[in-house]
Order: sequence, then structure tokens, then C-alpha cells
Amino acid sequence: MKLRKFITTSSIILSSLFYGVAQGEEDTIKVGVLHSLSGTMAISETTLKDTVLMMIAEQNKKGGLLGKKLEPVVVDPASNWPLFAEKTRELLAKDKVDVIFGCWTSVSRKSALPVLEELNGLMFYPVQYEGEESSKNVFYTGAAPNQQAIPAVDYLMNDIGATRWVLAGTDYVYPRTTNKILEAYLLAKGVKKEDIMINYTPFGHSDWQGIVSDIKKFGSAGKKTAVVSTINGDANIPFYKELGNQGISAEDIPVVAFSVGEEELSGFDTTPLVGHLAAWNYFQSVESDENDEFIESWQEYIGDEDRVTNDPMEATYIGFQMWAKAVEKVGTTDVDEVEQAMIGVAVPNLTGGTAVMNANHHLSKPVLIGEIQEDGQFEVVWETPDTVIGDAWSDYLPSSKNLISDWTAPVNCGNFDVKTAKCSGQNF
Amino acid sequence: MGRIFSLLFLLILSSQGHALQTDSSSSTALTPLLEQLPSTKLRAMGPLIEKIAQVKDVKTRHILQLMLDGELYYIKANKQLVQAVKAENRQYQLTDALTTEPVSVVKKSKISKVKTNNRLRSSLRSLIAKIDLTDDDKEVRLQAVKQLLDSPTKASTATISELIDKEPDQEVQELMQATMALQQLRDGEISEQITALNTLSGSLQPAVKNTIVNLLSNLQEGDLTEQQASLKLALQQTLDSIESQASFYGFIENIFFGLSLGSVLLLAAIGLAITFGVMGVINMAHGEMIMLGAYTTYVIQIAFPSIIEYSLLIAVPAAFLVSGLVGILIERGVIRFLKGRPLETLLATFGISLILQQLVRTVFSPLNRQVISPEWMSGSWQINPIFSLTFNRLYIILFSIMVFVSLLLILKKSSLGLHVRAVSQNRDMARALSIKSDWVDAITFGLGSGIAGIAGVVLSQLTNVGPNLGQAYIIDSFLVVVFGGVGNLWGTLVAAMSLGLTNKFLEPVTGSVLANIIVLVGLVLFIQKRPKGLFPQKGRAAD
Repeated sequence: MKLRKFITTSSIILSSLFYGVAQGEEDTIKVGVLHSLSGTMAISETTLKDTVLMMIAEQNKKGGLLGKKLEPVVVDPASNWPLFAEKTRELLAKDKVDVIFGCWTSVSRKSALPVLEELNGLMFYPVQYEGEESSKNVFYTGAAPNQQAIPAVDYLMNDIGATRWVLAGTDYVYPRTTNKILEAYLLAKGVKKEDIMINYTPFGHSDWQGIVSDIKKFGSAGKKTAVVSTINGDANIPFYKELGNQGISAEDIPVVAFSVGEEELSGFDTTPLVGHLAAWNYFQSVESDENDEFIESWQEYIGDEDRVTNDPMEATYIGFQMWAKAVEKVGTTDVDEVEQAMIGVAVPNLTGGTAVMNANHHLSKPVLIGEIQEDGQFEVVWETPDTVIGDAWSDYLPSSKNLISDWTAPVNCGNFDVKTAKCSGQNF
Repeated sequence: MGRIFSLLFLLILSSQGHALQTDSSSSTALTPLLEQLPSTKLRAMGPLIEKIAQVKDVKTRHILQLMLDGELYYIKANKQLVQAVKAENRQYQLTDALTTEPVSVVKKSKISKVKTNNRLRSSLRSLIAKIDLTDDDKEVRLQAVKQLLDSPTKASTATISELIDKEPDQEVQELMQATMALQQLRDGEISEQITALNTLSGSLQPAVKNTIVNLLSNLQEGDLTEQQASLKLALQQTLDSIESQASFYGFIENIFFGLSLGSVLLLAAIGLAITFGVMGVINMAHGEMIMLGAYTTYVIQIAFPSIIEYSLLIAVPAAFLVSGLVGILIERGVIRFLKGRPLETLLATFGISLILQQLVRTVFSPLNRQVISPEWMSGSWQINPIFSLTFNRLYIILFSIMVFVSLLLILKKSSLGLHVRAVSQNRDMARALSIKSDWVDAITFGLGSGIAGIAGVVLSQLTNVGPNLGQAYIIDSFLVVVFGGVGNLWGTLVAAMSLGLTNKFLEPVTGSVLANIIVLVGLVLFIQKRPKGLFPQKGRAAD
């Protein structure tokens, strides 16, 4: 209720701003927001819609872009994957937006992609994903597997000393691809096949007793065992609860999760989770001036002192800043020109470093490992010394080993095979 | 009487004062080490806490414990070490970590935590255990040895060997001997290893098994001397006996898991066994009755935050009433007008389920709500080192059997049960015998819905409480009722338990996704063969 009131007021304010300016000026720059505001993904995606609206409001306060005001066009694809394609078409063909910020799940991105390529749109995708994709029309500001999964495994291997691995995930595209990459990586590192246990569960699984007991048995073989969890959404809470009930603490068998962040933990009793790990490129608890400022303006914008920030929000923030910078650089919002100008753009990230857009449309990001605390925040226990360049095509999968993505001349290809020197032309 | 108390009080006070005085002189060794805590990086923290643990001071344990509990903070301004406990209004109550005197109440931004991570916490645990070995309380010593047994080091065994002869308690002494034997097995000569193995045989401690497995894998390669060969044989024998025991307990554990899944299914389905089984109403809103029960638990916990421990006991009758009343409303308002039209009933109740879900979304927000597990529901009953039963599942099995038995008694022994059965078997005849069939319908539907509400209370302890909670269980509930035989409570019990057991025995082999599919396909085939389920109703009642 509060949210709806808020959206109406903010859009009234924004539109009044826009009309005020519109009298003197011809047009505005339209920014499409393609996040689900209803359905199962609404919980996560609504936050990102608000983040984009906040960034637009702030940019307008600074005088907009190229002397024009920014105008948000918010649509609701309702967690309905085919609807993402329709809404993308609506944004590009009817509303003629200059850029789109949107999508969360991989399947929604895959649904919007053909439309983006057909109508030559530009989209910023802000969520960690499984890689194996690089489109000319999409900038991936979330983490690729080598910016989240691989460093997390390295940390467990080198700092915790894990030699036995449980790869537990929900049964869909992202966990299956990520686990395939991780399994190949572990085997390449000399881990034996019998020391890897892979387990998939359905969405929303709640009866974890058998699986947790298996993990416990698997973990009591005299070798340090770690769990890499790509378990998605609310199935996590009963999973961690069961771990606690069966007496498995983070000191015995640490669980590192790729889908559990501040937003997922907010409002929950995190006592059974304390000490378990998560790998992200940003945590709210990171101390930096940019981050303090961002948290403050976010909580003020949303009107709630307890609202948390999370990694996909940072990715949205970076994407927006970069797009604004690229537009100012070329002085136009033309998709092709902005796309070329984006490559090499550097903006400060929220963890005190710099984010750079690479030629493969992926970012350079620091990788942080955090331990869950009693208050639902993360304490950083490890970070990469430098930023890691996102790799669109994993080096550990036989099918994508030879592929690279480079959107600068002379390659200009999303999946260039370095062995055969050919571009397959199919980007997803 | 009062005078004696005040005297006692004075005595305690003076002895404390005395203790404080002696502290201040011996804390000198501790203070410079503690001063390093705020500025030390995580990597250098390990050696530092070991140094701290070596200082023989009454405060040492307190500081280490604070660090382990994550309550050790320092004030950013002057680096004073404090214990910070959350107070009201997002403030923190600070007490000095050394003198335990209250300092002030401040905001979170003024203080910073002394960092720990998993590795530090586990070494803190063993350091504290080492200090606890000399504690006066037997239980504390026992826990300490158990802790050290899990992760023995040279230093800890050295401490134990000093203390073992002085140990007055036999149980603690035996555990100490096991720890020493384990250390010998790990590092000793071969003859020592064999004697150690004798001491340890029959021990199910995971540490013992791990050591044996490691030793065996070292002995695999190359030519073995005679001694080594005999050691290997002894190791193998011990390992075999441990493993046969482990697989036995694994089997028992699987049965427990199956029964506990079965009892959840039973609770979810038994209400439906009444509304669908006895009355013949296809109630698609049954899942939402469960959801309402779960939300009732949430509301009760919010309304009485001071008695979380007993909240479930209040929630059970409350959820029964809430869901039961809603059930009666639905029956009176909708279902009775659709009697004998199953298709319309199905659609109408499906509509009601959507309405209820949206209602909950609007009232409570679409996000999942957090229902707290009381203390007595969490943790597990450790029967031996490799076998434990979780309390929440244990209680749920017992509870579901209680619900089942009381429902059976109501239907078989009470006059209400007699009326219900009469109406469901022959409505016209029952009416002719002056039974108010309308009234019986409403009460029966209310009873079934109320029991679904109770199932919701139980499920709130196992899964997420959200608007979609009911959706997840409606299909399972129908499966159980149809499989068991419509209208037969015993059938529902047998069906729920056998589905639970099948699922849990398949799961380790096939994975949980495939296990679900196999169970479903099996059920479909079974229904093809026996359309009336496991226990079909016989005689005239069947028509």
C-alpha cells in the first residue's frame, strides 16, 4: 500500500518536473524499467525498479542528461517469462525508450533477448548469472561465474582447506550450469570424483532432513567438507534451519551461497545461519564513502531506516552511472554509439574501487566473501586483491573453452572461436 | 531470615570485591595483548588469541567467550574493549569487557566489532575448552573434553595427560582416555597404535573413524612390514564394525525421516479425508485452511511476544477455531447451494482459495512471515555420536498420531460422529430419523477445516509461512486421501506413512526431484489397478 502511494507520488513529482521542463524543451530521454512488480519475482525485482527510479530522480536533480530530463517508463512483466518479450517490444516500439534496465531470472532475459536484437535496443542486466552468453545489445553488470562461484571455491579450498564438496542447488538453469562449471573446475584442480556430491531439489523444497543427513554423512569422512549452495529463494530458510537442528555448524561444514543476500535475510531470525558464507561483489556492510552515501539516499528515498541494500542494487547503480557517462561522452542516446562508448567506461563502485566495462560487455568487479551475522548483515572475511574481469564464456566447459566475446573492432562478435577464428553469429 | 540473607549478600559482595582486587594486579599481562585486538587483521588474529589464552587470568575465559559469542566490540573513539548487547531503539548497551562495569548506551555506528571468522571461532572453542578442563563443574569439564575429542591437538592432549590422574569423575576420565588414545593412534608407534585401537573399539565418535580411514589410506601403498600388516588388519576390522553399525543407524534414521514426512502428509490430508472423504466435497480451498492456521500462529506470536515458548500451545486451539469458523462460513455461504454438483463445487472452492490467498497478501504483505521456533522445538536428541533425532520432527510425529486418534474417537464414539456417519451414508434416512443434516454438514466441514488449521500450526515450524503455503500441500493431500481410499481414516494413515517412507527411501538413490516423480507415477498406476484406493469402502455405504 505504502509502496503504491509512493510510486504515485513519485511519478506525480517526476511528471510535474517533466512537464515543467517540457514547456521549454522539446523532448526527454526515456528510460525503460522492465522489472516484475507482481508474481513470484516481485519480492526481489520491485527493489530494483525503485533503485532505477531513485537513480533517475537523482540524475534529474543534477540537471538530467545532455540538457534533457530523464523520464522513466515502468512496465510490469508480472514474472511471466513470455510477457518479458512483449513488454520489451512495447518499450522499444511504442514508447521508444533509449535504454532499458531490467530482468532478474535468466529465463526472462533469454525471453527479452531476441526482441532487443531485432529492434536494436539496449538493456542493462543487473543480476549474477550463469554466463555462456554475450549479446551486443545487453550489458551484464552482475557477476559471471568466474566473479562469484570460482573465487568462492578458491576461498574454501585455500583458506578453509575444503577437500570434499557438496554442490546443492535448485533444479533449473542457473544452478545446473554453475554446478557444471564448478564440477569441471574442481576436477581440473585434482579433486576426485567421489569427493563431489551433487544434489538438486525442486523449487520451494521444504523437507530437507534426508538431504541434510546425507550431507552430514558425506562430511564425516575425515576430510574438510564444504557446501556450495545455489539453492534459490525461500527454500533456503528451512535448509539452514535443518542444518542447525541436526547440529551442523558453520565451523563443521560451511555453506557458501550465491543467492542469499541482505534482502533475502531481512526480517528473518538469522541465528541458525551465523557463520555461513555468501559470495557477492558487494555487501551493505562494506565501509566506503560511496556506500554510506548510497545507503543513506536509498533509505531516505524509500522512507524506511531498516531497508537494506544488496548486490543487484549495486549492479543497477553501476550500470546506470556508466550509461549516463557514456551518453555524455558521445552526446547522444543512439544505441550503436552508446554501445561503443560504454566499452572502457569506468565509474566508482560502492566498495571503494572502480568498475570498468570490458569489451565483452561484462564488468570488472571485486569478489567478496562474507559471513552471515546475527543482524542479517555480512562481515567480509576475504576479498580478491584486485578486480576480476567477467568472463562471458567459461574456460572450464568443453563447449565454451575456445569462445571469447569481444565487441570492439575487428572481432565484433559475442562468441568468437579462437581456434577456428570464426564467429558463430548466434549469441545466446 | 531477612538478616541471614543480607549477611549472605554482604559476604558475596565482599568476596567479589576481593576477586576484583586480585584481578587488577594479574590483568597486567593481559592488557597489552587485549590492546592489540582492535587493530589486528583477521589473518594475524589466530596467534594473538592463542597468546591471550595462555595468560592465566580469570578474565581470559570471559574475553574469549565474548569473542566467540560475537559480543566483543570496541569503541571507535578510544579503542576501549566492551561487551555490546542490543538494547532498545537500535541502541547498544556497553559494558567494559574487563571490569564488567556498564559504560554507556550508544548507536551502532560508534562501536565496531572485533572480527572473527569460522576458523577463529573453532580455535576459540578449543581454547575455552582447554581452560574449562579445570572447571569445578563436572558438566563443564565433560563438554570441554568432548570438544577437544573432536579436534585433538598436541597441546590439548598434553594438558589432558597432566589432568587425567587428578580427574575425580569417571565419565570425564574415560573420555579423556579416549582422547589420549586417539592422539596415540594418530601419532604413536605401531604397538601403541594397536593398543590405542583396542581402547577405542566400539567408539562411534566421527573423529575415530576419520583417523582410521586416514591411517588406512596411508597403509595402502607399497610393501608392508609384518607389524604394519597386523595394524592394517586391526584397523580394517574396527572400521568394518563401525560401518556396519553406521549403516544400521542409517536405516533407522531413514525410517524416522519417512515417518516424519508421512506424519506431515497425514496432518495435511486428514482434514481433507473428512471434507472430501466423508462428505464428498472437493474442497480446493483446503490448502488455504492450512495457510490460515500457519498465519494464526504468526499472529499469536506477534500478539504475545513474551510467551514464545508456549505460543504453539495457544496456537493449536486458536488455529482450529479460526480455520474451523472460516470453513463453516464457506459451507454455509457457498458449498451448501452447490450440493451434488461436484464440478461447480470444485470451481467455487478454487475461487475461494484465490480470494483467501489475495486477502492474506493484502493484509500481511506478499513476503513470507517469520514464525519463531520455540527453544524446545529446536535441536536434536543425540542418542550416540552418529545417530540423533531432531526434536521438531519427533514432536510432530507424536502430535499427528494424537490428532489422528482423537479424530478417530470423535467419529467412532461420539454422537456427533454417529450423526456424521449417518448423514454421509444415507442422508434421507438420517433426516427421517430427525438428524439435522444441514447442521451436521456445517459442523463436519468446520471440523475438517479446523484440523487443516492445526496442520498449519505444525507446518509453520517446518516451512515458510507465505500466501502460497497451502498450494504446496493441496495436491499431496488429495493424493494421500485418494490413495488411502475415500472415506477411510485408517486408509489415510497408511497411505500417508507409506508415501512418506517410499519417498525417503527413494530420495538417497534417485534424488528428491526424481523421487517425487516416481512416487506420482507409481500412484497413477496403482489407481488404474484399484480405483478405490488401498481400503475401499465396502457394502452399501460404498454406493
